[in-house]
Amino acid sequence: MVKHAKPKGFYDVFERKSQDFPAGETTHYCPGCGHGTVHKLIAEALVDMGLQDRTIFLSPVGCAVFGYYYFDTGNIQCAHGRAPAVGTGVARSLDDAVVISYQGDGDLAGIGTAEIVHAANRNENMAVFFVNNAIYGMTGGQMAPTTLLGQSTTTSPLGRKSEREGGPIHMAEVMSALEGPIYIERCTLSSPAGVMKTRKAVRKALTNQSEKRGFSFVEILSPCPVGWKMTPVQSRSWMASSMESVFPVKRFRDEEAAPKGNGRLPFLDDGALRDLVGAVANEVPTKVSTLSQDLGVKIAGFGGQGVMSAGILLANAAIHEGLHTTWLPSYGPEMRGGKANASVVLSSDAVGSPVVDVPQALLAMNGPSLDAFENHVVPGGLVMVNSSLISRKVERRDVRVFEAPVSDLAAEAGFLKGANIVMLALFALESGVIGIQTLKEIIPKSMKNKDLVEINLRLVDVAEEFHGRE
Amino acid sequence: MKRTLMKGNDAVVRGALLGGATHFFGYPITPASEIAHGAADLFTRSGRTFLQAESETSAINMMYGAASSGARTMTASSGPGVALMLEGLSYLAGSQLPTVIVDVQRAGPGLGNIWPEQSDYDMCCKGGGHGGFHNIVLAPSSGQEMADFAHKAFDMADAYRMTVVILSDAYIGQMMEPVALPQDVRHGARKSWAVYGDEESRSNLISSIVMSQEGLANLNMELQAKYQRAARDLTDWEEEQTEDAQLIVVAFGITARIALTAVRMLRSEGHRVGLLRPKTLFPFPQERIAELAQVGGRMAVAELNEGMMARDVERAVAGRCPVSRYNWFGGVVPSAEEMVLRMKEDLDG
Repeated sequence: MVKHAKPKGFYDVFERKSQDFPAGETTHYCPGCGHGTVHKLIAEALVDMGLQDRTIFLSPVGCAVFGYYYFDTGNIQCAHGRAPAVGTGVARSLDDAVVISYQGDGDLAGIGTAEIVHAANRNENMAVFFVNNAIYGMTGGQMAPTTLLGQSTTTSPLGRKSEREGGPIHMAEVMSALEGPIYIERCTLSSPAGVMKTRKAVRKALTNQSEKRGFSFVEILSPCPVGWKMTPVQSRSWMASSMESVFPVKRFRDEEAAPKGNGRLPFLDDGALRDLVGAVANEVPTKVSTLSQDLGVKIAGFGGQGVMSAGILLANAAIHEGLHTTWLPSYGPEMRGGKANASVVLSSDAVGSPVVDVPQALLAMNGPSLDAFENHVVPGGLVMVNSSLISRKVERRDVRVFEAPVSDLAAEAGFLKGANIVMLALFALESGVIGIQTLKEIIPKSMKNKDLVEINLRLVDVAEEFHGRE
Repeated sequence: MKRTLMKGNDAVVRGALLGGATHFFGYPITPASEIAHGAADLFTRSGRTFLQAESETSAINMMYGAASSGARTMTASSGPGVALMLEGLSYLAGSQLPTVIVDVQRAGPGLGNIWPEQSDYDMCCKGGGHGGFHNIVLAPSSGQEMADFAHKAFDMADAYRMTVVILSDAYIGQMMEPVALPQDVRHGARKSWAVYGDEESRSNLISSIVMSQEGLANLNMELQAKYQRAARDLTDWEEEQTEDAQLIVVAFGITARIALTAVRMLRSEGHRVGLLRPKTLFPFPQERIAELAQVGGRMAVAELNEGMMARDVERAVAGRCPVSRYNWFGGVVPSAEEMVLRMKEDLDG
């Protein structure tokens, strides 16, 4: 006598079942439901293939929400439709895990379409078992994305009509449009032969998974007698007569894929990580300057004039001087050619506000910048004007004005783009806030493009010569 | 330690890596995109994992999976993206998974604009998603704190099995300041509750479903007890000249920086004003605020929203002294001079 027993891949007793379902050795599924069959095929395969310890089973939202009642594996319960994203997180964390995403049609083909499409497209290392029963079972027999035309449900009581609800979505075919998946097959539970083919497909997907060959997708047409209001026998013949003509049962893809690497670079140890991120110990500032009060500097011009990088250079020079500093950018809507200004605050103390609304110094690189900020400068403040591009005079009488044709000076030295450096060097010389020597030390350190170091240092000399003449 | 000029959005990535982060799942959004850029570079080059998700919804669920597998995982976004993560935040809380989220706040509602606001306060501090849960919310107000808070956030998340939100803003994220990066590299330990795909962890279950009412009530009580423990152990703030202050401004993030300058300006004119800056917004320093709320004194809450933190301050003050509200929104950031004007009105009043 053959004694049928539960597969060892299931728990002996389903202790996680709540009081809403009778605890013990039976599942919560309705009589005639296909989930029990698919569960059994997976559980048997996991044991036969020795994968139980390595497996992490993702339960969806839907009838299989309680997958973790049954599978004696690592279990994660997921939000509705999100299991392929959760599985991505698992697969990216555990190289050797066997990740199973078990989903129904509302979960995978409705709310979770983005997640399944992109996980498949990335060829994530996971096996997806998609149980398609053309209805929302758990929530009360509503229309699913896979509900057939003419099929009546609690939310398509007159029968699904393409003009009203659109037609059923074909997920195996959608998967086939993607380059990622290595294995795609649609099976059916309508007959014992179909179940045996499904058994093979389950094992094929799990083999791919255990050998880390990539993304496998098995769609399983499955009966829901209660949702369909049929007897189990009727439901199987309806599957054969109606479902399988809409959802052709076939193998869509079976690639001979080599095991996938994880694509990661070597894991850096603590020392190498510190070096990479720049966590460098102990560099004491060469000097500690003091300022009698916080100094707010506004550097303004059009995008591409280097006002941002001049600000960064000023802030770096401030650090070199042992000062506290902040740099705050403000861009116009355009990336290039629009208005741009940088606010830099220098202080002997920790900087409070980085916002410079009333600057002690304005470095105006073009006319609109002078127009915009001249009136904001604090009385007694410094206004530096790029007279190459600004023809008008500063109207304020209560500020100190320094004019210099910084664009022309830079162009004459052969590097128009360095007008910002000429302006900054002149500001250093005129204000005395940072030393010109500091600037010369900072330029080689903070310039990313080392080819430009020499010309920028020459522009500092140009500024010094000009300042000496003035 | 070497002080390097860097953006807050850069500092937070470096601090996180030093804090043991191994998995970053991101989706670009201004003004937080620089964090994804930095993570794509540094997480990848250090042999950690960076993955650009198809949406914020997927990013938070990838974090759910990575955290379930014991990894130290994070993301960064701004208001509209964090809003999409609220579903995931609730599941993370229900399943008690540790993660870290950086929210570089922009102005809303809707698409709003990319200038600073602090209007994600309620969304982040009051839980945000469905069900009664909280996140630990840290409020950095400098590039240094972006690095330091990210560095300690993963230990904190693991210790409480909670999501830690680093609630930043467009200015704190995008401005550059000298930052001295932490020196010690932290690592997450193996977690007894996580699933590792091995024999030892095979019996573990990560789930937020509890079908029985009594069981779910127990989970909720367990969460609330954890939040009370966090309130006792983690509440953090900083004070500036509050001892003799007649007017104490309460502000966090970029607004606290501006208020600090305003306090210094008014002090130099002889006014007795001070600043209380919460460094944790959940838990909130309500007991200290209650202590400082004296009869005859006054408090003011300065923030870039319509009064979200003010409601928490007013509850702590409980009528012991008047509480003014200084509010800006739409991306408008006040100067210290504007803040001084508001404070003077209160000092005169």
